[in-house]
Amino acid sequence: MSVLIGKSTRLLVQGITGNTGAFHTRQAVQYGTNVVAGATPGRGGTDLDGIPVFDTVEEAVRQTGANASVIYVPPPFAADAILEAACQVPLVVCITEGIPALDMSRVVEELKSSRASSTVRLIGPNCPGIITPGESKIGIMPGYIHQPGPIGVVSRSGTLTYEAVFQLTSLQLGQASCIGIGGDPVVGTSFVDCLRLFEGDPATKGVVLIGEIGGTGEEEAAEFIRASMKKPVAAFIAGRSAPPGKRMGHAGAIISGGKGTAVEKIKALEQAGAKVAATPDKIGETMKALL
Amino acid sequence: MKIHEYQAKEILARFGVPVPRGQVAANAEQAAQVARDLGGESWVVKAQIHAGGRGKGGGVKICRSLEEVKKASSDILGMQLVTPQTGPEGRKVKRVLVTEACVIDRELYAGIVLDRKTSKPILMVSAEGGVEIEEVAARSPEKIIKESFSAVAGLHPYQGRALARKVGLTGQHLQPAASMFVKLARAFLDSDASLVEVNPLVLSRDGRLLALDAKFTIDDNAVFRHPDIKEYRDLDEEDPQEVRASQFDLSYIKLDGSIGCMVNGAGLAMATLDIIQHWGGKPANFLDVGGGATAEKVTEAFKIILEDQNVRAILVNIFGGIMKCDVIATGILAAVKSTALKVPLVVRLEGTNVEKGKEILRGSSLNILLADNLSEAAKKVVAAAGAPASGPSRGGGKGP
Repeated sequence: MSVLIGKSTRLLVQGITGNTGAFHTRQAVQYGTNVVAGATPGRGGTDLDGIPVFDTVEEAVRQTGANASVIYVPPPFAADAILEAACQVPLVVCITEGIPALDMSRVVEELKSSRASSTVRLIGPNCPGIITPGESKIGIMPGYIHQPGPIGVVSRSGTLTYEAVFQLTSLQLGQASCIGIGGDPVVGTSFVDCLRLFEGDPATKGVVLIGEIGGTGEEEAAEFIRASMKKPVAAFIAGRSAPPGKRMGHAGAIISGGKGTAVEKIKALEQAGAKVAATPDKIGETMKALL
Repeated sequence: MKIHEYQAKEILARFGVPVPRGQVAANAEQAAQVARDLGGESWVVKAQIHAGGRGKGGGVKICRSLEEVKKASSDILGMQLVTPQTGPEGRKVKRVLVTEACVIDRELYAGIVLDRKTSKPILMVSAEGGVEIEEVAARSPEKIIKESFSAVAGLHPYQGRALARKVGLTGQHLQPAASMFVKLARAFLDSDASLVEVNPLVLSRDGRLLALDAKFTIDDNAVFRHPDIKEYRDLDEEDPQEVRASQFDLSYIKLDGSIGCMVNGAGLAMATLDIIQHWGGKPANFLDVGGGATAEKVTEAFKIILEDQNVRAILVNIFGGIMKCDVIATGILAAVKSTALKVPLVVRLEGTNVEKGKEILRGSSLNILLADNLSEAAKKVVAAAGAPASGPSRGGGKGP
């Protein structure tokens, strides 16, 4: 058991013919993901290692029964790709980094107002993707560091998530699902959305939440943990040492107007009953101690 | 991307937002000519740098004669202007904006940002302009009126009218204010801004609404589709190392410590700075080499780190996922050789082919300290940099 993806996931890859798309498609297939189709406008009728490529998502879904899509389309075209996918499949994972923030604002607004709204879930953009270890991998995370097990991981970051997963696996704590929600100011799925999924998933016994400076997603997560979660939550917040006004790599990671500091987020999470690791090398141990 | 006030006002004027008449000048003669062309009896000379609080540092002067304009301009041009936002070293002023002066009746505030909570842009207005809006927000948050609007449709005129009323712009001022808000929102959307601030927005004695000051930040991810705005970039206002790093697709931010850092991924890079600070060290920089770090990129990253004279030790922390550790190790060796590295180097590798990677580093004759985990790496680099590493210090002591 897991959330969002598993053995029954039939994946479509948008941008499958690009370098990144092709590379990660092969990695996913190797991991065991059922990749059923690709889509690249103008490349319909070709294939990648036998995976049929279509001009449009609509055609790809009609012909192959794909029920999830991953997007490796370059930033200027990514918002359009998300909207194209959202009309056809219930799960859209956008890996693309560097999408203009207002494009995402328009995407989210359109998703909320369209008929797809109640059913479609967008993960990302600018995220490593989502994995159900041993079953399906959608995204760019290295598959081999994961191991099936009882932990749900949700994070705004990429390599820091791998670090946490690596620690968990080293401690024999496998993962039920790992979701990278992305480091941009506007993302499709929030911490709270993921916590709700984990809380409702019988296979998930504990949750690791990895946040960073900027925004209020961690504070909202803390409120949800306090009000609605029974499962233990271990957390880490990156950016304790970040100076205000400097954007730390991620478009969303900035302390502005004295808001969004690590100290505030850590305090909110601890008051809500989550245990926050003091240093990034203790994420795994912090989780283990709570089980 | 930040731009200058005069550039922000050019954008606003293009969208029909009223701004005081004026021109930018690079020397005192030009400045006086601008004032002469503008006519009138008084002018404002404003230093153009990418930082707020210019008035406090003596970068804004009101002049009542052409001679005064000339004098003020020659005083301001070339000065190292220090404001609360520039840091103690200040910023050299290369241009001044000369505008008509106006008699102010009321000072208001208008600002637009993208609100993460709703994923929508939000227009904030306040009847208390001319001061730091953060101060107003802290002191009396109810005095900031907020209205979120659609990035597809823009701000509707009725929303503009509602805001105008709430900040006391009524009667003959209601429609012009509403129209100004609608145009501000349009300017924000169509230039892909991440921040627009008009502070103060003034009502002049003669009944005009004017954007007396203007601040724009453009979304870096969207600059590609605004060639005209791209022209506005002023590299002199940016840290030269950060500029060079961005050319190599490296994300570098200079900090004031002594430990150089090179990490893959922004979150892990931040976490690495945190753990260095936890063990009593001070990071010299944030540097994210990104996902596809090649030997060339690693070398360039080393060069940029080493340009900082404060660096006394370097920590490389790489989690090789898709990127293989042996490839990284080879890249590190090449970089160490080509930069003739003199300061101690601590390397922590984890992930794909980690053993191969460590073997490569161990096998070299170069003096590289290997660490097996994050804590050990941080402790080693703090010791190597000569900072006290006797016990953990509480991180986060540096915050606001």
